[in-house]
Amino acid sequence: MSGQLIIFWIVTLVTVLSAATVVFSKNLIYSAVALLFTLLGVAGLYVFLWADFIAVTQILIYVGGILVLIIFGIMLTHRITSVRLSHSSMQRGVGGAIVLVIFVGLTSMIFRAPWYRVAAVEPQETVRQIGRLLMIDYLLPFEVASVLLLVALMGAALLSRKVD
Amino acid sequence: MVDLNTYLVIGALLFSLGLFGVITRRNGVAVLMGVELILNAANVNFVAFARFGGMDLSGHVFSLFVIILAAAEAAVALAIILNIYNNMGTINIDEADQLKQ
Amino acid sequence: MVNYGIAILLLPLMAFVVQIFIGKRLPRNGDWISVGAVALTLCLSLAMFGVMLVKYDPEFSVDETWTWFDLGSLQVQIGILIDNVTVVMLLVVSLVSTLVHVYSTAYMEGDLRYSRYFAFLSLFTFSMNGIVLANNLLGIYIFWELVGLSSYLLIGHWFEKDSASDAAKKAFLVNRVGDIGMFIGIMLFFTATGSFLFRDVFAGVESGLLSTEILTVAGLCLFAGAIGKSAQFPLHVWLPDAMEGPTPVSALIHAATMVAAGVYLSFRLFPIFTPTALTVIAYIGGFTAIFAAIIAVTQNDIKKVLAYSTVSQLGYMILAVGVGAYTYGLFHLVTHAAFKAGLFLCSGSVIHAMHHAYHELHDHESDPQDMRNMGGMRDKMKTTFLTMLICTVALSGVPFTSGFLSKDAILAGTLSFTMHHPEHFLLVLFGFGAALLTAFYMFRLIFMTFYGEPVRREVYDNIHESPSAMTAPLVTLATLSFFLFFTLPYFNPFSDHGWFTVLIDARDSVVPGHLNLTAHEIAEGMHHAHTPAMLLSILIAFSGIGLAVLMYLQKRISADDIAAKLSLPYKLSLNKFFVDETYQRYLINPSLILARMIAFFDWEIYDKYIVNGFGKVTEWFSRVVGIRWDYDILDQQIVDGVGRTTGFFSARLRLIQTGKVQNYLVWVLAGVIMIYVFQAI
Repeated sequence: MSGQLIIFWIVTLVTVLSAATVVFSKNLIYSAVALLFTLLGVAGLYVFLWADFIAVTQILIYVGGILVLIIFGIMLTHRITSVRLSHSSMQRGVGGAIVLVIFVGLTSMIFRAPWYRVAAVEPQETVRQIGRLLMIDYLLPFEVASVLLLVALMGAALLSRKVD
Repeated sequence: MVDLNTYLVIGALLFSLGLFGVITRRNGVAVLMGVELILNAANVNFVAFARFGGMDLSGHVFSLFVIILAAAEAAVALAIILNIYNNMGTINIDEADQLKQ
Repeated sequence: MVNYGIAILLLPLMAFVVQIFIGKRLPRNGDWISVGAVALTLCLSLAMFGVMLVKYDPEFSVDETWTWFDLGSLQVQIGILIDNVTVVMLLVVSLVSTLVHVYSTAYMEGDLRYSRYFAFLSLFTFSMNGIVLANNLLGIYIFWELVGLSSYLLIGHWFEKDSASDAAKKAFLVNRVGDIGMFIGIMLFFTATGSFLFRDVFAGVESGLLSTEILTVAGLCLFAGAIGKSAQFPLHVWLPDAMEGPTPVSALIHAATMVAAGVYLSFRLFPIFTPTALTVIAYIGGFTAIFAAIIAVTQNDIKKVLAYSTVSQLGYMILAVGVGAYTYGLFHLVTHAAFKAGLFLCSGSVIHAMHHAYHELHDHESDPQDMRNMGGMRDKMKTTFLTMLICTVALSGVPFTSGFLSKDAILAGTLSFTMHHPEHFLLVLFGFGAALLTAFYMFRLIFMTFYGEPVRREVYDNIHESPSAMTAPLVTLATLSFFLFFTLPYFNPFSDHGWFTVLIDARDSVVPGHLNLTAHEIAEGMHHAHTPAMLLSILIAFSGIGLAVLMYLQKRISADDIAAKLSLPYKLSLNKFFVDETYQRYLINPSLILARMIAFFDWEIYDKYIVNGFGKVTEWFSRVVGIRWDYDILDQQIVDGVGRTTGFFSARLRLIQTGKVQNYLVWVLAGVIMIYVFQAI
């Protein structure tokens, strides 16, 4: 049991437990903080998977952008009494069952499927390679994503203006 | 070393939890958080396959796109939630049932 | 020639069509159309007659045949035959018809259905001409039925009288009985020879296509039609009843022409009658002659006397055919047509006068036709009296008349026949006996009507002679009753040798085998019997007249005494030998009972239970299907049920639409799992 492995499992544990907290906590702020830790944990997983650029992007954008956004949203929409009012809906039982079935199904699928494995080599200069891929092979999706961002920006601005 | 399957199971786990959150939570923002979990699970899958399954760095590029999309979607979703809050005074999405028959 | 024939045939038909449709709207009710048409036919007939006389050829014959329908295996041909006989018959029909038409303009004046009467007279003329012109059995049959129809229509002219409509029905039905036999005969011959044409049938018989037995039967079947149409015993019953019709109709149809059709047919078909058939025919004719004469003796209605007289004289003609002297039968037909029509028209004149007299006295009860109400008319109705007397003399067979010649010839033929076949002596008795009685009852009629004291003075005072439209035909017919017109170019009143006997030549019989039936043999036989017959007939005629004088003119012998002494014969004669009553009891009543039984079965049982039953079953069935099945089950349960089920489910299913996105998501996931599961399986 190497040190790497131990750290790996700790990171995994943090991620999963935080995710559970996000979902099961009755307190919204707790959920938001748990989300933070989940995202960080996922970033750690990325590192283990030699995806350094993605890990950093994750932290920058997800944590720094999206999470902040979410917390803003929480702050803007809470009531004194209702910030804690986040009971689960009555779908718990059915929803739980369905999710369980899906998880079991996914897992069984994972273990049964003959995945195509390739002995991989730790990539060097991931940034450069990713950049190249973006500009050459995946230029179209890149541009589309840009347009999408623009649209999202406009849409969000439109949606949140004050109607006089 | 950790195998592909492990990562995939982690991804599945995150996905299930996120799904449960989407289904179950009454607060709109909580639902949004569940959605982020799902997206992250997908990202984990992509990167895992990039590492083990011969996708090279295409997996990373996909993952990048997912993050971009997640950002855009979060922005829009929050705008909607704010609108709901302004109109109905609450973000208990159970009450957003105007499409009820 | 044929064109003349067709014109003669069709003119009265056109008159009928015009008359029946627009007759009422024309001036004088259109009688001039019928009279004109029939007068035209008379002119054409006279023209044909003239041509015949000029040609003076006993063998003259024109036969024109057309194919009516051709069905491959069945070919029916019809056509026209014009020979001397045809010409003579056409002349007789046209002449009597024209005279009757003219007479009717006065007699039927003021009648309700004047134009209809003339229309039917024209129809009759057309039909009778059709019989005479036909050269085939089918054509004759068709026109045969048509004359029967015309007779029915005309007898029942005053159909508001029950007696008239009954008489019309009787005439038609009794004729029908005879016609059935005739049709069977026609079909027998058709089956054997394959054609309806006379010449083909004769050829077929000659070549022996029918055995003697079948030939006899077939011949007698055809003769059955003559029995019906010419009122021979036992189908004579309709003729006296037919007197219900107007008197001109009686004159035309039931004296001169229609009843003569049977004789004409027998004449045409003589060559195919076997000796057996001929004997039967002779007996029927002879018996009818004496039978009807006996009845005529006691009748009191003037028209009934004449009716029975007609039956009797027709018997003579048939007798002539039976004994072989068939051309003389036709001769008698022609002479009889003239004086019998004359007699009827005269009686019509008398009746007309009586009717008016009663009308003046407002007496609607007394019968203008009963001779016991008449008497002493000869001073008041001179023309009628004279013409009637002449016709009576002709009928009685007194020398210098045409009737004497024809009757004498028939009696000679009968005598000759009996000389060769002594076992048939009855025929002679029938013939001469009838002659005696004929003379007697005819003069009885004259004396009762025109002589003696009038029964009621006031009636007598109101009697006038009839208008000239009525007396002119009387004069014409009386004139024709003299011998001269038939003996030309000879002038011997005691010999029938003249244009008629020359041109109307007898044909040999075509029945196979040596039967002594050739024309030559018959003529030879008659030669011997001629003189005795003549002497005998003169003697008898005068005896009859003398008896009548004694009883009715000089009243030396009382008729009532004799009636009392011979009460049974008297009763039988007066009641027509109860023939009608017998028919009613043994034929008609059983049929009526049977008809009533069948009607009961049909009405009470069949209609009620079966037909109505069907109705009820159908009604029940439709109710079940309609209400129970269709409405209750189909409509209510099934159709509505579908609707209700849909409503039920939709009411529940719609609850899925909670409006909550998360619920929808759950459903989506459930669906995904489903797919997953099914894929795994």
